[in-house]
Amino acid sequence: MAIGVKVVKRPEEQISYLRATLKGMAITFRHLIAPKWTMQYPEEKSADDWTISDRWRGTHRMLTDEQGRAKCVACGLCPQICPANCIKLVPGEDEQGHRYPLIYEIDEFRCVFCGYCQEVCPEEAIHVGVHYENAEFDRGRFVYDLERLCAQTHPVSSLWDPADPKGE
Amino acid sequence: MTPELKGFILVGSIKAGIVFGLLFLAIAFVTWLERRVAAWIQNRIGPNRTGPQGLFQPIADGLKNFVKEELIPGEANKVLFILAPAMAFVPSMLLFAVIPFAAPLPLNFDFTLPLLGRFVHTGAVPMIIADLPIGFLFILAMSSLAVYGIVFAGWASGNKYSLLGGLRSCAQMVSYEIALGLSLIPVLLVAGNVRLTEIVSVQQNSLWFILPLTVAFVFFVISALAENNRLPFDLPEAEGELVGGYHTEYSSMRFAIFFLAEYGALITMSALMATFFFGGWDIPGNWDEGEPSVLVSLATLIVFVFKTFFFVFCYIWIRWTLPRFRFDQLMSLGWKVLLPVGLLYVMVLAAAMLAFDTMGMEWGVWYALALFAVNVVLLGALFWGLDRNRLIWGQKLQREGRA
Repeated sequence: MAIGVKVVKRPEEQISYLRATLKGMAITFRHLIAPKWTMQYPEEKSADDWTISDRWRGTHRMLTDEQGRAKCVACGLCPQICPANCIKLVPGEDEQGHRYPLIYEIDEFRCVFCGYCQEVCPEEAIHVGVHYENAEFDRGRFVYDLERLCAQTHPVSSLWDPADPKGE
Repeated sequence: MTPELKGFILVGSIKAGIVFGLLFLAIAFVTWLERRVAAWIQNRIGPNRTGPQGLFQPIADGLKNFVKEELIPGEANKVLFILAPAMAFVPSMLLFAVIPFAAPLPLNFDFTLPLLGRFVHTGAVPMIIADLPIGFLFILAMSSLAVYGIVFAGWASGNKYSLLGGLRSCAQMVSYEIALGLSLIPVLLVAGNVRLTEIVSVQQNSLWFILPLTVAFVFFVISALAENNRLPFDLPEAEGELVGGYHTEYSSMRFAIFFLAEYGALITMSALMATFFFGGWDIPGNWDEGEPSVLVSLATLIVFVFKTFFFVFCYIWIRWTLPRFRFDQLMSLGWKVLLPVGLLYVMVLAAAMLAFDTMGMEWGVWYALALFAVNVVLLGALFWGLDRNRLIWGQKLQREGRA
């Protein structure tokens, strides 16, 4: 026996192989016939005791006004705060002096989904979405332009509320 | 060639083809069953996408293995590396040749084919590929041969973990070969024959050997687990410590052949448990013992498959319950427990049989029940000893601080 190994004296029912083996077999058999926890994903997207949180930060969505134009006023706060530097914004201005984005692109590959863009946006225009099914066949398709951001319909994230930190 | 010989060859080859075809199908089914039962035990569902309930999953896996690249490591001994999977595979398949799987099937035909001539067959076809008069010895011999495939695979891979796996498997299979043989000697004592069809018919005429030979069955199950490298004795593979052991370096179809060999051996061992201890294809009652008929053959075949898959299920159940033994525990169980206790059991049983014979008892149900009583006593003593750690000596010494 190796040096310094302390052998604990245990009562015999605790070191019995046979009883432990039979107990183990009984436990696994109970689990064999017990109801299963698996959620069959493409068919089931939420279960009785689990659904996706409304704080989920997924791919972006740009909200629009009544005329279907993006609410964005091209203030430049979101590219400024973006820690991943994934938002490309080129501002433009029309005859009445309304600012609007000429180019608004988000590279979802670079995005870290921190949600700062939504928090900083004064017009409540750009949002992160409660959405996770964003597979594409082409890398280029992961740069979402303004048209695509406006066309998204999924719900937007409620983000973390400091007044209600646990989401109650 | 006489028409009768031609008929015999025709029937024999068709039988062999069907049996091995079905065996492959059963292997595919068992790989699926293993994954599903594992999932159920872990409260998951398991593969259920490919085909109904995921039943075509093994086919998809097989296709994947066919199209994958075959790698041969630079350090490998090429000849042995390529030979090893076949050496592991063939013995595990051959074992099934001597197992009777149904009641004899009546088959009469007399027809003439162009070029080949006349084929004649009359009477019942025994539902066994080769009714060898040395069936039992053939099983011991072939199951020992399987170790060569594994040892060569481990050595030829040129990888130290594979080599360790091969070495472990060599030591383990050689040790438990003895225990396996010893656990079957009581069967021979009672049946008085090494031919498997005879062993089945003795059980048909009295009781299934699980009753008169309970202790032998326990030993057989333990050593069969070790022979098949299944948990809790899967040290040759030990994916946690040896990254798969002897088949680490194998890829694509060569790996798949090891896989087939392993599951083939699993099914064969389960079929042997059914044959030696649960009456083979026997259905309790007398109605399957009359004239051979297609109905009886079919019913007994179904019963045999059911018994076999029951033991396959037990194997899987045990695998997903028990943790792996340490190597010294494995060796001390084999040499210090199963070997002496097995020998002792053979002697006690032989003495009991001698006593019954001297008392003038004839072999039959009452004789078997008397043996069952002896076995209950022995089983109680064995489990009492095991339970109190009196048989695992190393453990006992450790507890007393003497080791």
